[in-house]
Amino acid sequence: MSMKLTELEALVKKAIPNAEIEIKDLAGDDNHYSIVVKSDTFRGKSRIEQHQIVYDALAEKMGNKLHALQVKTIST
Amino acid sequence: MDENINDWISKQIASTDVVLFMKGTPESPQCGFSSQVVQILNYLGIEFSSINVLEDEEIRNGIKEYTNWPTIPQLYIKSEFIGGADIVREMFEENELKEFLEEKGIVTN
Repeated sequence: MSMKLTELEALVKKAIPNAEIEIKDLAGDDNHYSIVVKSDTFRGKSRIEQHQIVYDALAEKMGNKLHALQVKTIST
Repeated sequence: MDENINDWISKQIASTDVVLFMKGTPESPQCGFSSQVVQILNYLGIEFSSINVLEDEEIRNGIKEYTNWPTIPQLYIKSEFIGGADIVREMFEENELKEFLEEKGIVTN
C-alpha cells in the first residue's frame, strides 16, 4: 500500500490544474505525505470543501493505497 | 448491525454535544491523527463521546460515506461535521476551535 510522490502530485495537478503544490515525504515510505495546495479554486469555500476537492482528486486511493496524508489548503 | 448504518450514525452524532469517530479509544488511540484530536479535546477540557471505528468495519466505511470524507478521525460538534485531524488542528492553532465551541455553548478550559 503506497503511492509515489510524483503520482500524488500528478493526481492533484490533474484535478486542480492551476494549483501550486508542495509535497513532503514524512516517513520515506511512500505512505506518509504532507501536501500544501494553493489555488484560487478554493476561494469562497469552507475548509471542509477545500479538503474534499483534494481528496476527490485522489479518488478511491485515499485511505486504501495511501495511508496518511496531511492536507493544508490555501485559497488565493 | 441490523439497524440501518446511517440511522445509527445519525443517532450517535446527535447523542452528545461532541462526538469523535476515531481509531482506538481516547485512552489508547491506535493512530497518530486520532491521538492528535483527542489531545486537543483534552487540552480544551471538553467532554466528548468517542466511537472506535476499528471495532466494526461497517461503521468504519459507513462514516466515510456518511460525510463523503475518506479518513478517520472525524469530529462532530452539535451534530455538525467539523473535519478530520488537519482541520481540527488548524482551527485549534488559530484559536477558532475554542471560539466555535463557546459559540455553541460548550464550556472549555
